[in-house]
Amino acid sequence: MSVRRLNEEQPSEFAFTPENISWAEGQIAKYPEGRQASAIIPLLWQAQKQAGGWLPEPAIRHVADMLDMPYIRALEVATFYTMFNLSPVGEHFVQLCGTTPCWLRGADDLKEVCRNMIGEQGEITEDGKLSWLEVECLGACVNAPMVQINEDFYEDLTAETFEQILNDLRQGNEVATGPQNSRRASEPEGGLTVLKGDT
Amino acid sequence: MSDMLKVTVDGVEVEVESGTTIMQACEEAGAEIPRFCYHERLSVAGNCRMCLVEVENAPKPVASCAMPVAPDMVVSTTSDTVKTAREGVMEFLLINHPLDCPICDQGGECDLQDQALGFGGDASRFEDNKRAVENKNMGPLVKTIMTRCIHCTRCVRFAQEVAGVPEIGAIGRGEDMEITTYLEASLDSELSGNVIDLCPVGALTSRPYAFTARPWELRKTETIDVMDALGSNIRVDMRGREAMRIMPRNHDDVNEEWLSDKSRFVWDGLNTQRLDRPFIRRDGKLVPAGWDEAFDLVESKLKGKGDKTAAIAGDLVCAEGQFALKGLMDALESPHVDCRQDGAKISGPRGNYLFNASIAGIEEADALLLIGSNPRLEAPVLNARIRKRYLAGNFPIASIGEAVDLTYKAEFIGAGADTLADLLAGKQSFADTLKNANNPMILIGQGALTRDDGAAVLASAIELAEKTGASFNMLHTAAARVAGLDLGLVPGEGGFDIAAMQEAAQSGALENVILYGADEIAGASLGEAFVVYIGSHGDRGAHRADVILPAAAYTEKQATYVNTEGRGQMTEQAATPPGEAREDWKIFRALSARLDVTLPYDNLNELRAAMNEAAPHLAQLDEIIAADAPQAPLHDGLGTEAFAYAVSDFYFTNPIARASAIMADCAKAKGARSDAEGTGTDG
Repeated sequence: MSVRRLNEEQPSEFAFTPENISWAEGQIAKYPEGRQASAIIPLLWQAQKQAGGWLPEPAIRHVADMLDMPYIRALEVATFYTMFNLSPVGEHFVQLCGTTPCWLRGADDLKEVCRNMIGEQGEITEDGKLSWLEVECLGACVNAPMVQINEDFYEDLTAETFEQILNDLRQGNEVATGPQNSRRASEPEGGLTVLKGDT
Repeated sequence: MSDMLKVTVDGVEVEVESGTTIMQACEEAGAEIPRFCYHERLSVAGNCRMCLVEVENAPKPVASCAMPVAPDMVVSTTSDTVKTAREGVMEFLLINHPLDCPICDQGGECDLQDQALGFGGDASRFEDNKRAVENKNMGPLVKTIMTRCIHCTRCVRFAQEVAGVPEIGAIGRGEDMEITTYLEASLDSELSGNVIDLCPVGALTSRPYAFTARPWELRKTETIDVMDALGSNIRVDMRGREAMRIMPRNHDDVNEEWLSDKSRFVWDGLNTQRLDRPFIRRDGKLVPAGWDEAFDLVESKLKGKGDKTAAIAGDLVCAEGQFALKGLMDALESPHVDCRQDGAKISGPRGNYLFNASIAGIEEADALLLIGSNPRLEAPVLNARIRKRYLAGNFPIASIGEAVDLTYKAEFIGAGADTLADLLAGKQSFADTLKNANNPMILIGQGALTRDDGAAVLASAIELAEKTGASFNMLHTAAARVAGLDLGLVPGEGGFDIAAMQEAAQSGALENVILYGADEIAGASLGEAFVVYIGSHGDRGAHRADVILPAAAYTEKQATYVNTEGRGQMTEQAATPPGEAREDWKIFRALSARLDVTLPYDNLNELRAAMNEAAPHLAQLDEIIAADAPQAPLHDGLGTEAFAYAVSDFYFTNPIARASAIMADCAKAKGARSDAEGTGTDG
C-alpha cells in the first residue's frame, strides 16, 4: 500500500441522480435517528459507481452533507478503505490479486500482461477502457490466479486467457465470467472425482 | 454513589471509585505512567500504548488509560515486563520519528524526548528508511512538521470535542496515516492554538514562535490575560525585554487549561506600536516631549476646570489605575466619569453585572438562554465550557440574536428585544423550558446592552430571570469592566455618560477629556475638546490625543483585574514598561499633584489599601464574593431592533490586538476562508 491522495483534477461538482438519492435514503433509513453517519460506506460506494468507478472529491462532500457529518470524517473513511478509488479508473477496472496463492499460480504473468496491454498500475489506456491495480487476496484462492474486473471475478487465468479477456472487453465483446478453463465454479479440474452417484 | 474498590499498585493499596481507570488509580497511588495519547480533558483513545502496565492474572500488559479497575486488582508499573513493554513501544514510536531534535521547536519541552529518556531503550535497531510525511497547512498559527507526528490523535479529539470544529482528521491508514484538515484548510476555531500545547511532539508547533527561542532561555511570569473578560490564567515567556510567547496555565474554575487564540498570540502586539515617551500635539502633529512638558500642558488646560473635564476608562485597564482615575476625578469635582466606553447601559447592584452562576457553574446548569451574545467570539474559552456542558446532554440552549455557529446546537428563537418581551409574557415556549429546569441560566451579552433601550433589555432579562428562577449572568467583553463598575466609574450626580460626553465635547460644554486606555471611541466624536490619552499603544485614542502619557500594558504591572464572574486576580510584572512609560496609577498620582489635588497614596500598597476599603472584595483574590441579587433598573420601553453582537472582528477588539501582526494574519486567513465558502469553489 502506498499513500493515497485525492486526484489532482477533480470535477467541479457531484450530485446523486434522483434514483440514487432515493436509494440512499433507503440506506439511511436503516439506521436509527442520529446515526445516519453509519450509512457512509454504502453511500460512498454508490457515489463511486455513479462517478464511473472512482470517488471524486465533490462526491465525498456531497455524501458528507447528506449524512450531516463533517467533511474530514467522510474523507477519513474514503482514504481508509482501499476499495474506494481516489483517482479515475478505466471503464474496465482490473483488480489483480497478487497474494500468495495467486502469486504461486502465476499472478506475475498476469501482471506482465497488464503492463504490456495497459501500462503501470493506476494508468488508464488512451481509449479510457482499461486500468489495473494489484490488490490483496480477493478470497478466490481455490481458483487462483484470478482478477476482478469491475464487479466480476475471472478465475483460473493464464496469460493467454487473460489477454483474450482484456481484448474482448476492450472491443465490447461478450465475456464469460468465472473460471476460464474447463472447471465449473470451484469444482475439481476435469470434472468431479467423488460424489458422482445419485446417492 | 458508586462503590469504592481496593486496588494495589506496586504494593501500595488505594481505594478508588469503580469506573476509574487503572491509570488514575496508579496516579492516586503515586506511580507515574508515561503517556502520549491520553489527556484528562479529552476522550480516551488508547492508541499510543505507552501506558502499558502489568495486571496480575492478565495474559499481557494492558493499556492503563483505557482499562477500568476491577476489585482487588494488583497492578505493577515497575516490573520487568512493563519496562520491556515501554521500551518496545518507545522503539516503535521512534522508528518513524525523525532525529531532528536540534532543529525542533518542541525541544526542551517535548513529551517524546522526556519519555524516551525516561522509559526508552538505549539504541534503535531499525536500519531501514524512515517514513516522511508532507507538511500540512493548518493556518497562520499552527505550524506542522508532520513527519514528527506519532498519531496520538489528541489534536483530532480536541478539535472534535472541545473546540467543536471537527476539521482535523486522520486520513489513510497504517503507516500511511496522516493528520490533516479537510483539503488543508486553516482551522476555523478561536481555540486552535491549544493543539500546539496538546501535541506531545513537535508535529504541531506555534508558527509565530517558530525558531525564535528555546524554553530554557525564557523568563516565565505567571499572570492574567486581559483579551477577554474571562481572566484566563496565563504564563508570559520573556527573553530580555521582549515577550516571546504566551501559554495558558491551568485554572479549573476559569479557563481549565485552554486559551483563546487572541490571548495566546497577541504577544507581538506587546512589542509594537508602543508609546514609550510622552507626546504633545504641536501644530497638528504629535511630537515627543518630556514628562514635565506634557504635564505643564495638561496642567494649563485642566487646572480649575474639573467640571469641564471628563474621563473614560478603556477595556484593558487595571483596577488600580481606574481607582486612581476615579480618585483624581473626584478630587477635581468632576462627575463625568464612565468606564463603559461601549455605552452599555449597566446600572444597579453588583449582581446586575456579574456572571453570577460562575464559569464553572455552567456545568451544573440544565438550560441556557443567550441574549444578544455570541460567546464563541466574546469569550471562546467560556464557549468551550458551554459546549462541554452541551455534550454531556440534556441541555437545551436558546439564543436571541442573529443565527451564528456557536459550535453547539442552539435554537435561535428570535432576533431582537421583542422576543425577550414574548418570553417575559410567557408567549414563547422556551420560557417554560427555563421555568421547568432546575438550574437554568440566562446569559446576556454586551451587544444587548449598548443600544438605546439597553436599560430596558437589562431590566427585562433580570425580570425574566426572577420569573423563571434562572441565574442572571452577564458576559462582559472587556477585562477592565467589572473592576470599573465595582469602583464606581460611572457618571456621578449630573455627570455625563459616554454618549452625553461626546455630545458635550462637540457642543463645547466639555473642554477636556481624559482617555484612559479608551480606544473604541471615534476621535471625531470628541469635537474640539482637549484630549489627554493615557495608555500603552498608539491606537485610535492616541491618534486623537493632544497629550499622550505613556502607560504600562497588562504584562508590565502588578495589577488587579476582575473577571466577568467577579473573581479578582492579580497580574504579575513580566517586564518593565518601555522607555519612559510608567505604571498607570503613578501617572494619575503625579498628575494629581500637578493639579493641586494630590491623591492620598504614595505607593502601590497604600493605593491598594484605599482601594480595598472602597471595594473590599478586591482584596480577596481568586475568590468569588457572592453579589447582591440582581435588581431590575428603571427603564423605558423595549425596542424591537435586532440585537447586534458585541464582537464582530474577533482578532481586532483592542489596541494590543490591533497592533499585532499575527492577529492581522489570522483575520486575513479567516477572510480568505469565508470568501472560499461564499463562492463555493473550494476543492
